[in-house]
Amino acid sequence: MILPEKVTEAASVIAQQEVAPDVFRMELSSPAITELAKPGQFVQVRILNGDHILRRPLGIAECDRTRGTFSLFYRIVGSGTRDLSLLVHGENVNVLGPLGHGFDVSFQHPLLVGGGMGLSPLLSYAQAKRGACDILMGGKNAGELFWQSFYAPYVEKTILTTDDGSLGSHGFTTTVFPDIVKQETYDGVLVCGPEIMMRGIARLAKAAGLPCQVSLEKRMACGLGACLSCSIDTVNGARKKVCKDGPVFWAEEVFA
Amino acid sequence: MTDAREAALLATELCGIKMQTPILTGSGTFGFGEEFADLTDLSRIGGVVVKGTTLKPRRGNDGVRIAETPAGMLNCIGLENPGIEVFLQKTLPRIRPYGMNIIVNVSGGSVEEYGLLAQKLDIPEIAAIEVNISCPNVKEGGIVFGTDPDAAAAVTKEVKAHTKKPVIVKLSPNVTDIVAMAKAVEAAGADMISLINTLLGMQIDTKTWKPVLGNITGGLSGPCVKPVAVRMVWQVAQAVQVPIIGMGGIMTAEDAVEFFLAGASAIAVGTANFTDPTSTARIASELAAYLEQHHLENIRDLVGRLELPAKEE
Repeated sequence: MILPEKVTEAASVIAQQEVAPDVFRMELSSPAITELAKPGQFVQVRILNGDHILRRPLGIAECDRTRGTFSLFYRIVGSGTRDLSLLVHGENVNVLGPLGHGFDVSFQHPLLVGGGMGLSPLLSYAQAKRGACDILMGGKNAGELFWQSFYAPYVEKTILTTDDGSLGSHGFTTTVFPDIVKQETYDGVLVCGPEIMMRGIARLAKAAGLPCQVSLEKRMACGLGACLSCSIDTVNGARKKVCKDGPVFWAEEVFA
Repeated sequence: MTDAREAALLATELCGIKMQTPILTGSGTFGFGEEFADLTDLSRIGGVVVKGTTLKPRRGNDGVRIAETPAGMLNCIGLENPGIEVFLQKTLPRIRPYGMNIIVNVSGGSVEEYGLLAQKLDIPEIAAIEVNISCPNVKEGGIVFGTDPDAAAAVTKEVKAHTKKPVIVKLSPNVTDIVAMAKAVEAAGADMISLINTLLGMQIDTKTWKPVLGNITGGLSGPCVKPVAVRMVWQVAQAVQVPIIGMGGIMTAEDAVEFFLAGASAIAVGTANFTDPTSTARIASELAAYLEQHHLENIRDLVGRLELPAKEE
């Protein structure tokens, strides 16, 4: 499979904000990558403090083509993301991208379903299809659903679920999904979040007769399909690479 | 510097293989080259050493396959590859147009398998064969041959008997006496020696008390292994006549220069391809500038020029 065009680019930090405990939104000035990026693609960020041999793969969340900037969301999970969070306005990273194959952009009125950091790549789709998508988002509690305000400008309807019932419906996205897809005519489902959520939604989407795409996450070194760190098994037995063949796959390709 | 001047400084030849630069790519770190086509000029690489290839397809290891370490990384991919037939029928026709010297890294489960692989690769499109007797991440083959001089020699002889291509034997650093290994494969007919493969390592997650890698252990690479690699290249260079391809943590031209001074005739860039996918071209330009600054006409003038301190009487 031919890979989409990609570049490496020095990118300066335009903004960095802690939007929830240990969750950051970073905006980078990166005109070439912003211009090329398609919804659901990702970048490999090189932190230039000399402490990191490996780049960190992060999904592109929003693109501003006029200003040549894009935003990323990440949670601090290790030394790389911690060092990333310490960067301030004007400091540089090096960005490789845009990478991988994104979401199918031919849907007219899809339902986006996301949880946790999975809401980041879905945001790029909501933005690109301004007004066309509804979003169903799930979190442990109200605090994890800070994403609402980022989605508000782009989506028609927002449906919330929390594990503890502190906001929206009490339960999981899978609890409310069957009713939601009965109430409205969707032509597809795009999901990104914990694997258990993606498997659950994929199964329910299939039952509802809706095409479904999932966006997967794996540790990766090159991001280009060369190192084979991110190989996965697919349903028909073929091996695929999350970085190159994905990160977005048709659900039936990866979930039996 | 003009392109012509840079080309004149860097052009070299190894066992009849004409190379635009003395910089190759380390097997497993550069795919088949094509993955990097958007990012770096493939025709300016001395040679692409493609991912370790086996007789049958291999799915590789399960679980987490990479981890970052201070100044390096661990991997336990486990030689995932589509097998030699898919490589010959599908991959090779696709990458030929890039005009790279294609060197195929091969790994066998038995001495006979190495011979079969060599025979299948004895074709005009292939510049050389790199014999991998040093993969630390697979149970059969690999490291079994790489830690015993007799077994390494047996594999080398078998490969030589089945191909007219230059045969490079890639040595493992996970041995007590690297010189013994190098001498054994040279005596068995190796045309070149490449070193080093990765050092066996391990990382433990202190939150879960479990190994980070799915395969428990993995191969350590990157700048942290460079001093070990330079030392081994230097020791081997004094003991053998065949050319050496040096590798291990090369990120910059200065790193590469250390290997040339120690006695390497060419070098390979591995882990750096992940940090900066344009590494090979960048190091080539930096290296040409270094040669010019030191009033050298060609990279060959740098090989083995290490100056040892005079011994006190």
